[in-house]
Amino acid sequence: MRVKVEVRLKPGHFDPEGDVAAKSLRDLGFPVSTVKVGKVYILEVEVDDREEALRLAEDMCKKLLANPVKDDYSVEVLSP
Amino acid sequence: MNANRFKALVLRTGGTNCDLETKVALEELGVKTEIVHMNSVEKKNLLEYHLIVFPGGFSYGDYVRAGAVWGKRVLAKLRLELEKFIEEGRLILGICNGFQVLVEAGMLPGNGAGETPSIALANNSSAKYECRWVWLRVENDETPFTMTMRKGEVLRIPVGHAEGRFLTRSEEDLEELKRNGQVVFRYVLPNGDDANGLYPFNPNGSMYDVAGICNKKGKVMGMMPHPERAFFGWQLPEWDRRPPEKGDGRKIFESIVKYLHDSNGL
Repeated sequence: MRVKVEVRLKPGHFDPEGDVAAKSLRDLGFPVSTVKVGKVYILEVEVDDREEALRLAEDMCKKLLANPVKDDYSVEVLSP
Repeated sequence: MNANRFKALVLRTGGTNCDLETKVALEELGVKTEIVHMNSVEKKNLLEYHLIVFPGGFSYGDYVRAGAVWGKRVLAKLRLELEKFIEEGRLILGICNGFQVLVEAGMLPGNGAGETPSIALANNSSAKYECRWVWLRVENDETPFTMTMRKGEVLRIPVGHAEGRFLTRSEEDLEELKRNGQVVFRYVLPNGDDANGLYPFNPNGSMYDVAGICNKKGKVMGMMPHPERAFFGWQLPEWDRRPPEKGDGRKIFESIVKYLHDSNGL
Protein backbone atom coordinates (compact mmCIF):
# COMPACT_ATOMS: atom_id res chain seq x y z
CA MET A 1 0.00 0.00 0.00
CA ARG A 2 1.25 3.46 -0.85
CA VAL A 3 0.47 5.80 2.02
CA LYS A 4 0.89 9.55 2.26
CA VAL A 5 1.67 11.02 5.68
CA GLU A 6 1.51 14.77 6.18
CA VAL A 7 3.06 16.32 9.26
CA ARG A 8 2.58 20.00 10.00
CA LEU A 9 2.74 22.33 12.98
CA LYS A 10 -0.41 22.59 15.08
CA PRO A 11 -2.55 25.68 14.50
CA GLY A 12 -1.23 28.67 16.42
CA HIS A 13 2.27 27.25 16.57
CA PHE A 14 4.96 29.56 15.47
CA ASP A 15 6.15 28.63 11.96
CA PRO A 16 9.13 30.80 11.01
CA GLU A 17 9.73 28.98 7.73
CA GLY A 18 6.12 29.60 6.71
CA ASP A 19 6.32 33.27 7.72
CA VAL A 20 9.44 33.77 5.62
CA ALA A 21 7.92 31.98 2.63
CA ALA A 22 4.76 34.14 2.92
CA LYS A 23 6.84 37.29 3.02
CA SER A 24 8.79 36.27 -0.05
CA LEU A 25 5.61 35.38 -1.94
CA ARG A 26 4.20 38.81 -1.08
CA ASP A 27 7.43 40.36 -2.37
CA LEU A 28 6.62 38.71 -5.70
CA GLY A 29 3.16 40.27 -5.66
CA PHE A 30 1.12 37.20 -4.69
CA PRO A 31 -1.86 37.88 -2.42
CA VAL A 32 -0.73 35.47 0.31
CA SER A 33 -1.54 36.13 3.96
CA THR A 34 -0.05 33.02 5.59
CA VAL A 35 1.95 29.97 4.68
CA LYS A 36 2.22 26.86 6.82
CA VAL A 37 5.08 24.52 6.04
CA GLY A 38 4.91 20.80 6.64
CA LYS A 39 6.52 17.59 5.58
CA VAL A 40 5.12 14.89 3.33
CA TYR A 41 6.26 11.29 3.60
CA ILE A 42 5.28 8.83 0.89
CA LEU A 43 5.54 5.31 2.26
CA GLU A 44 5.33 1.89 0.70
CA VAL A 45 3.80 -0.05 3.57
CA GLU A 46 4.10 -3.77 3.15
CA VAL A 47 0.57 -4.80 4.03
CA ASP A 48 -2.40 -5.49 1.73
CA ASP A 49 -5.20 -4.24 3.94
CA ARG A 50 -6.15 -0.58 3.61
CA GLU A 51 -7.27 -0.12 7.22
CA GLU A 52 -4.20 -1.89 8.51
CA ALA A 53 -1.97 0.42 6.43
CA LEU A 54 -3.69 3.50 7.87
CA ARG A 55 -3.45 2.17 11.39
CA LEU A 56 0.27 1.49 10.98
CA ALA A 57 0.85 4.93 9.49
CA GLU A 58 -0.90 6.59 12.44
CA ASP A 59 1.27 4.60 14.79
CA MET A 60 4.35 5.72 12.85
CA CYS A 61 3.28 9.33 13.34
CA LYS A 62 2.88 8.89 17.08
CA LYS A 63 6.20 7.11 17.44
CA LEU A 64 8.49 8.90 15.01
CA LEU A 65 7.19 11.11 12.23
CA ALA A 66 5.41 13.67 14.42
CA ASN A 67 5.93 15.08 17.88
CA PRO A 68 2.37 15.33 19.22
CA VAL A 69 3.41 18.28 21.40
CA LYS A 70 3.76 20.51 18.35
CA ASP A 71 2.68 18.58 15.26
CA ASP A 72 -0.59 17.55 13.65
CA TYR A 73 -0.59 14.77 11.11
CA SER A 74 -2.88 13.17 8.58
CA VAL A 75 -2.61 9.86 6.75
CA GLU A 76 -4.12 8.83 3.45
CA VAL A 77 -3.88 5.74 1.25
CA LEU A 78 -2.73 6.76 -2.24
CA SER A 79 -2.99 3.46 -4.08
CA PRO A 80 -3.55 -0.17 -3.29
CA MET B 1 39.67 14.01 44.32
CA ASN B 2 40.37 10.57 42.99
CA ALA B 3 37.58 9.70 40.61
CA ASN B 4 39.41 6.92 38.83
CA ARG B 5 37.02 4.27 39.94
CA PHE B 6 34.14 5.99 38.16
CA LYS B 7 33.38 5.24 34.55
CA ALA B 8 31.51 7.27 31.99
CA LEU B 9 30.19 6.26 28.58
CA VAL B 10 29.93 8.90 25.88
CA LEU B 11 27.76 7.63 23.04
CA ARG B 12 28.21 8.79 19.49
CA THR B 13 26.74 8.23 16.08
CA GLY B 14 26.98 9.80 12.65
CA GLY B 15 26.77 13.59 13.10
CA THR B 16 27.76 13.68 16.78
CA ASN B 17 30.07 16.46 17.92
CA CYS B 18 31.87 17.42 21.12
CA ASP B 19 32.09 13.78 22.20
CA LEU B 20 35.85 14.26 22.50
CA GLU B 21 35.48 17.53 24.43
CA THR B 22 33.14 15.74 26.83
CA LYS B 23 35.63 12.91 27.31
CA VAL B 24 38.48 15.39 27.89
CA ALA B 25 36.37 17.27 30.45
CA LEU B 26 35.48 14.12 32.38
CA GLU B 27 39.00 12.72 32.24
CA GLU B 28 40.42 16.04 33.41
CA LEU B 29 38.40 15.38 36.57
CA GLY B 30 39.61 11.78 36.73
CA VAL B 31 36.56 9.93 35.40
CA LYS B 32 37.54 7.06 33.11
CA THR B 33 35.62 7.78 29.91
CA GLU B 34 34.93 5.73 26.80
CA ILE B 35 33.49 7.02 23.56
CA VAL B 36 31.41 4.27 21.98
CA HIS B 37 29.64 4.34 18.63
CA MET B 38 26.01 3.23 18.49
CA ASN B 39 27.04 0.43 16.13
CA SER B 40 29.10 -1.26 18.83
CA VAL B 41 27.16 -0.28 21.93
CA GLU B 42 25.49 -3.69 22.17
CA LYS B 43 28.85 -5.18 23.13
CA LYS B 44 28.91 -2.99 26.22
CA ASN B 45 27.22 -3.60 29.53
CA LEU B 46 25.72 -0.22 30.38
CA LEU B 47 25.52 -1.08 34.06
CA GLU B 48 29.32 -0.97 34.27
CA TYR B 49 29.08 2.80 33.88
CA HIS B 50 28.12 5.45 36.40
CA LEU B 51 27.29 8.09 33.82
CA ILE B 52 26.09 8.03 30.23
CA VAL B 53 26.42 11.18 28.13
CA PHE B 54 24.54 11.85 24.92
CA PRO B 55 26.60 14.61 23.36
CA GLY B 56 25.65 17.34 20.92
CA GLY B 57 25.70 17.42 17.17
CA PHE B 58 23.35 16.75 14.32
CA SER B 59 22.74 13.05 14.55
CA TYR B 60 21.31 11.47 11.41
CA GLY B 61 21.39 14.88 9.76
CA ASP B 62 18.59 16.13 12.03
CA TYR B 63 16.25 14.37 9.58
CA VAL B 64 12.61 13.98 10.64
CA ARG B 65 13.31 16.15 13.73
CA ALA B 66 16.48 16.86 15.65
CA GLY B 67 17.22 13.89 17.90
CA ALA B 68 14.21 11.85 16.75
CA VAL B 69 16.04 9.18 14.78
CA TRP B 70 18.81 8.67 17.33
CA GLY B 71 16.23 8.67 20.14
CA LYS B 72 14.27 5.83 18.56
CA ARG B 73 17.47 3.95 17.70
CA VAL B 74 18.51 4.17 21.33
CA LEU B 75 15.14 2.67 22.32
CA ALA B 76 15.42 -0.08 19.73
CA LYS B 77 18.88 -1.10 20.93
CA LEU B 78 19.10 -0.19 24.59
CA ARG B 79 15.62 0.24 26.01
CA LEU B 80 15.66 -2.44 28.70
CA GLU B 81 19.20 -1.69 29.80
CA LEU B 82 18.49 2.03 29.94
CA GLU B 83 15.32 1.51 31.95
CA LYS B 84 17.35 -0.48 34.45
CA PHE B 85 20.08 2.16 34.41
CA ILE B 86 17.52 4.88 35.17
CA GLU B 87 15.72 2.80 37.77
CA GLU B 88 18.99 2.29 39.62
CA GLY B 89 19.36 6.05 39.74
CA ARG B 90 22.48 6.23 37.63
CA LEU B 91 23.25 9.46 35.83
CA ILE B 92 22.41 10.39 32.25
CA LEU B 93 23.36 13.75 30.77
CA GLY B 94 22.12 14.95 27.39
CA ILE B 95 23.78 17.99 25.88
CA CYS B 96 22.13 19.89 23.03
CA ASN B 97 21.31 17.17 20.47
CA GLY B 98 21.66 14.77 23.40
CA PHE B 99 18.85 16.65 25.20
CA GLN B 100 16.70 16.28 22.07
CA VAL B 101 17.51 12.57 22.06
CA LEU B 102 16.45 12.15 25.70
CA VAL B 103 13.17 13.92 24.92
CA GLU B 104 12.53 11.84 21.80
CA ALA B 105 13.29 8.63 23.68
CA GLY B 106 10.87 9.62 26.44
CA MET B 107 13.56 9.69 29.13
CA LEU B 108 12.76 13.36 29.75
CA PRO B 109 10.76 14.67 31.44
CA GLY B 110 9.47 11.21 32.46
CA ASN B 111 11.19 8.56 34.45
CA GLY B 112 11.18 5.81 31.89
CA ALA B 113 11.59 5.30 28.18
CA GLY B 114 8.94 5.44 25.46
CA GLU B 115 8.50 6.44 21.86
CA THR B 116 6.06 9.32 22.16
CA PRO B 117 7.59 12.53 23.52
CA SER B 118 5.57 14.67 25.94
CA ILE B 119 7.64 17.84 25.45
CA ALA B 120 9.29 19.31 22.39
CA LEU B 121 12.43 21.19 21.45
CA ALA B 122 11.00 23.05 18.50
CA ASN B 123 12.67 25.28 15.92
CA ASN B 124 14.12 28.49 17.38
CA SER B 125 11.80 31.46 17.25
CA SER B 126 14.50 33.43 15.43
CA ALA B 127 14.22 30.81 12.66
CA LYS B 128 18.02 30.69 12.76
CA TYR B 129 20.81 28.55 14.10
CA GLU B 130 21.77 30.33 17.32
CA CYS B 131 25.43 30.08 18.24
CA ARG B 132 26.22 32.40 21.14
CA TRP B 133 27.18 32.69 24.78
CA VAL B 134 24.22 32.71 27.12
CA TRP B 135 23.70 33.10 30.85
CA LEU B 136 21.97 30.37 32.82
CA ARG B 137 20.56 30.53 36.31
CA VAL B 138 20.60 27.49 38.55
CA GLU B 139 16.98 26.82 39.57
CA ASN B 140 17.51 23.54 41.37
CA ASP B 141 20.77 23.04 43.27
CA GLU B 142 19.89 19.61 44.57
CA THR B 143 20.47 17.54 41.44
CA PRO B 144 23.71 15.58 40.94
CA PHE B 145 24.49 18.01 38.13
CA THR B 146 24.17 21.18 40.23
CA MET B 147 24.86 20.14 43.83
CA THR B 148 28.11 22.11 44.04
CA MET B 149 26.32 25.30 43.00
CA ARG B 150 23.83 27.43 44.84
CA LYS B 151 20.34 28.26 43.67
CA GLY B 152 20.39 31.54 41.77
CA GLU B 153 24.01 31.17 40.68
CA VAL B 154 24.61 32.35 37.11
CA LEU B 155 26.71 30.35 34.64
CA ARG B 156 27.94 31.52 31.27
CA ILE B 157 27.92 28.69 28.75
CA PRO B 158 27.47 28.73 24.94
CA VAL B 159 24.60 27.35 22.89
CA GLY B 160 24.69 26.21 19.26
CA HIS B 161 21.40 24.91 17.94
CA ALA B 162 18.51 25.54 15.57
CA GLU B 163 15.92 23.47 17.46
CA GLY B 164 15.98 24.35 21.13
CA ARG B 165 12.67 26.07 21.85
CA PHE B 166 11.38 24.24 24.88
CA LEU B 167 7.63 23.54 24.72
CA THR B 168 5.27 21.59 26.91
CA ARG B 169 1.81 20.40 25.88
CA SER B 170 0.16 22.89 28.23
CA GLU B 171 0.81 25.50 30.90
CA GLU B 172 -0.26 22.86 33.38
CA ASP B 173 2.51 20.49 32.28
CA LEU B 174 5.00 23.32 32.75
CA GLU B 175 3.61 24.05 36.23
CA GLU B 176 4.05 20.41 37.12
CA LEU B 177 7.70 20.47 36.00
CA LYS B 178 8.23 23.57 38.14
CA ARG B 179 6.50 22.02 41.14
CA ASN B 180 8.66 18.90 40.85
CA GLY B 181 11.85 20.96 40.70
CA GLN B 182 12.52 19.59 37.22
CA VAL B 183 13.51 22.95 35.76
CA VAL B 184 17.26 22.95 36.40
CA PHE B 185 18.53 25.85 34.30
CA ARG B 186 16.82 28.95 32.87
CA TYR B 187 18.19 31.50 30.44
CA VAL B 188 18.64 34.84 32.23
CA LEU B 189 20.13 38.29 31.73
CA PRO B 190 23.84 38.56 32.54
CA ASN B 191 22.94 39.99 35.98
CA GLY B 192 20.80 36.96 36.76
CA ASP B 193 17.39 38.62 36.30
CA ASP B 194 14.64 36.81 34.41
CA ALA B 195 15.02 37.01 30.64
CA ASN B 196 11.23 36.78 30.13
CA GLY B 197 11.82 35.54 26.62
CA LEU B 198 14.05 38.49 25.69
CA TYR B 199 16.26 37.67 22.70
CA PRO B 200 19.17 36.98 22.53
CA PHE B 201 19.42 36.15 26.24
CA ASN B 202 16.74 33.55 25.70
CA PRO B 203 18.24 32.46 22.38
CA ASN B 204 15.41 30.28 21.11
CA GLY B 205 12.09 31.44 22.55
CA SER B 206 11.82 28.64 25.12
CA MET B 207 8.75 28.69 27.39
CA TYR B 208 9.62 30.05 30.83
CA ASP B 209 13.20 30.54 29.51
CA VAL B 210 13.87 26.85 30.16
CA ALA B 211 17.41 25.79 29.21
CA GLY B 212 17.65 22.45 30.98
CA ILE B 213 15.40 20.00 32.80
CA CYS B 214 15.78 16.77 34.74
CA ASN B 215 13.52 13.82 35.46
CA LYS B 216 11.65 13.60 38.77
CA LYS B 217 14.52 11.85 40.50
CA GLY B 218 16.96 14.45 39.17
CA LYS B 219 19.30 11.79 37.77
CA VAL B 220 18.60 12.30 34.08
CA MET B 221 19.27 15.82 32.84
CA GLY B 222 19.17 17.44 29.43
CA MET B 223 20.35 20.94 28.58
CA MET B 224 20.69 22.87 25.35
CA PRO B 225 23.92 24.77 26.27
CA HIS B 226 27.26 23.01 25.92
CA PRO B 227 29.13 22.86 29.27
CA GLU B 228 32.07 21.03 27.67
CA ARG B 229 32.62 24.10 25.48
CA ALA B 230 33.15 26.23 28.59
CA PHE B 231 35.40 23.95 30.60
CA PHE B 232 38.85 25.52 30.23
CA GLY B 233 39.61 29.23 30.47
CA TRP B 234 41.04 29.17 26.96
CA GLN B 235 37.64 28.22 25.56
CA LEU B 236 36.09 31.47 26.81
CA PRO B 237 35.57 34.61 24.66
CA GLU B 238 38.27 36.44 26.66
CA TRP B 239 40.80 33.65 25.98
CA ASP B 240 43.38 36.20 24.73
CA ARG B 241 42.90 38.60 27.66
CA ARG B 242 44.05 36.71 30.75
CA PRO B 243 41.04 34.39 30.98
CA PRO B 244 40.14 32.70 34.24
CA GLU B 245 41.58 29.22 34.57
CA LYS B 246 38.18 27.57 34.53
CA GLY B 247 34.98 28.06 32.58
CA ASP B 248 31.55 27.78 34.18
CA GLY B 249 30.71 24.58 32.31
CA ARG B 250 33.31 22.85 34.45
CA LYS B 251 31.08 23.28 37.49
CA ILE B 252 28.54 20.85 36.04
CA PHE B 253 31.18 18.15 35.56
CA GLU B 254 32.65 18.87 39.00
CA SER B 255 29.22 18.47 40.49
CA ILE B 256 28.77 15.10 38.78
CA VAL B 257 32.12 13.91 40.16
CA LYS B 258 31.31 15.12 43.67
CA TYR B 259 27.96 13.37 43.50
CA LEU B 260 29.61 10.11 42.41
CA HIS B 261 32.03 10.38 45.30
CA ASP B 262 29.41 11.21 47.89
CA SER B 263 27.08 8.49 46.72
CA ASN B 264 29.83 6.00 45.94
CA GLY B 265 28.80 5.80 42.31
CA LEU B 266 25.03 5.60 42.57
